Amino acid sequence: MIDYFDNFWSIYSNLVLSLGTNALLALSIYLTLSCGMLAMANAAFMGIGAYTSAILTMNYGWPFPAAIAAGMAAPAVVAFLIGKPTLRLSGVYLAMATLAFGEVVRIFILNTDNLTGGALGLNGIPQLTMWWHVLLAVVLVLFFLARLRRSKIGRAFEAIKEDETAAGLMGIDVNGHKMLAFALGAAIAGLAGTLNAHLTFFIGPQEFGFDRGVEILTMTILGGINSLFGPVIGAFIITLLPELLRSFKDYRSVVNGLILVVIVLFLPKGLWNPAWMRKLIGLGKRGAK
Amino acid sequence: MLEQQLFNALSLGCVYALFALGFTLVFGVLGVINLSQGAIFMVGAYAALTAITQLHAPLWAAILFAFVFSGTVGLLIDRIVLKPLRKRDAPHLIPMIATIGLGLAMNSLVQGLFGAENQRFPSEILPQDSLQIAGVSVTVLELGIILVSFVLMTVLMITLKKTQLGRALRAIAESPKAARLLGINVEGLFMLTSFAAAGLGGISGVLIGLYSNALFPLMGQPMLHKGIAVIILGGMGDIRGAMLAGLFLGFAEVLSVAYIGSNMRDAVAFGLLFLVLLVRPKGLFGSVQERKV
Repeated sequence: MIDYFDNFWSIYSNLVLSLGTNALLALSIYLTLSCGMLAMANAAFMGIGAYTSAILTMNYGWPFPAAIAAGMAAPAVVAFLIGKPTLRLSGVYLAMATLAFGEVVRIFILNTDNLTGGALGLNGIPQLTMWWHVLLAVVLVLFFLARLRRSKIGRAFEAIKEDETAAGLMGIDVNGHKMLAFALGAAIAGLAGTLNAHLTFFIGPQEFGFDRGVEILTMTILGGINSLFGPVIGAFIITLLPELLRSFKDYRSVVNGLILVVIVLFLPKGLWNPAWMRKLIGLGKRGAK
Repeated sequence: MLEQQLFNALSLGCVYALFALGFTLVFGVLGVINLSQGAIFMVGAYAALTAITQLHAPLWAAILFAFVFSGTVGLLIDRIVLKPLRKRDAPHLIPMIATIGLGLAMNSLVQGLFGAENQRFPSEILPQDSLQIAGVSVTVLELGIILVSFVLMTVLMITLKKTQLGRALRAIAESPKAARLLGINVEGLFMLTSFAAAGLGGISGVLIGLYSNALFPLMGQPMLHKGIAVIILGGMGDIRGAMLAGLFLGFAEVLSVAYIGSNMRDAVAFGLLFLVLLVRPKGLFGSVQERKV
């Protein structure tokens, strides 16, 4: 039994742990979405966190906890700086500006070879992330977000999401709260990046590009943003799907993409939808929407 | 030397403009950010390649085939995926996610069918001649790209501005609901728009394929990213803006490669976009609308 587990772990530990880091990423974008902002810079924030912490542990020998703190602080600071001008954009425009910012970060990483290794990436990052680090991070973030949802700040996020103007008229500091959600989301994405970098030994600029940003958003929307479980489940699906579809070989991404389409078509509110589940097990009240 | 660069920029900018036109048309009329447009672009290029290598079609017929083929793909996407979402009145993020899935599926389907390696158009079908115009050496190929793009753009502009069809489309862009009340066949025009937009995407794929002579399954992704930059620079859904911004991006890229360095080429589009959004949130050519309380 132990042998079997060891065997399983040696093959799949990376996959299991990336379930955790992807869940963190999904939660990071959930935070900005819950404040009504479609910001898609989380892949870039993940990258900033990953590079900051990896450079600190590799080149300067920082202890891991300090590197984690720096890996969370750096993206939060950057988020604060770019948040000032960008957060006044709304809807699709905010999404596109943050995507553009993400590309700028990727290209910046690509062109600062002596610090970041450029296109070759950073190799030989010490493998400091233990399995329980990831578990602890996910649990802590979930706990923190659950508390936040129930707090005054969480209520303010919700009010802003429903109607920004009305929230402002009620005396909520709209810009301040948006900035808070943006920076906190960046810090969580940075945490995911830090843990991931010290897990996979290698990071490169391509990991943090456009496709990654879209993937993070997909996880969260797929899972549903009505509850904290949605993003986590979405992250699990998106991470596991390519593995489960291995038997399709060359065509597995075809199936993967089509499954996304089918989920979107048939599950309007995401996978984690309490009303739908209640109906499924025959307890629900009909017509509740 | 500068004239040469400007000419290269013009042909590149034309293709960007053409691609962005299809993209912005779908956003303007259907209100969907179609992130599978990059894959449709790639499908167009491969359709032309197949027509040439398998059916021995001449180049013009291959381009026509690419238009019809990718247009049909766009039409099917609208019927099978976007229409049910529209019926359900899904928030605008949902169709976007669906098109991400479609793009992923198309990219890897083509990779499975054709392989991941670069494919080329057979060199004998490419026009090899070049002309000297005012001291600039101009290849017939580049001239053809510019000509095809301009013809298509002009046709589209005239259709939108001057015809009954164009007026109907603009009415839908304002409000599909009101257009329906006015007796406009909204669903029919959605189908037409999906077909034409995807067709334009497919043609621009062929043109880029001819321009760089390298076809690969992920060739649409960088184009998609640039297309996004272009339609925002031009103002979302703004046809004229997308054309101007596409040309503008072509010039900005070529000139930055010439005078700053090639490694900054990809930063240009997004650096510009980021700056423009900060200064003019609705794009360079978009009209500013503010929400009134």
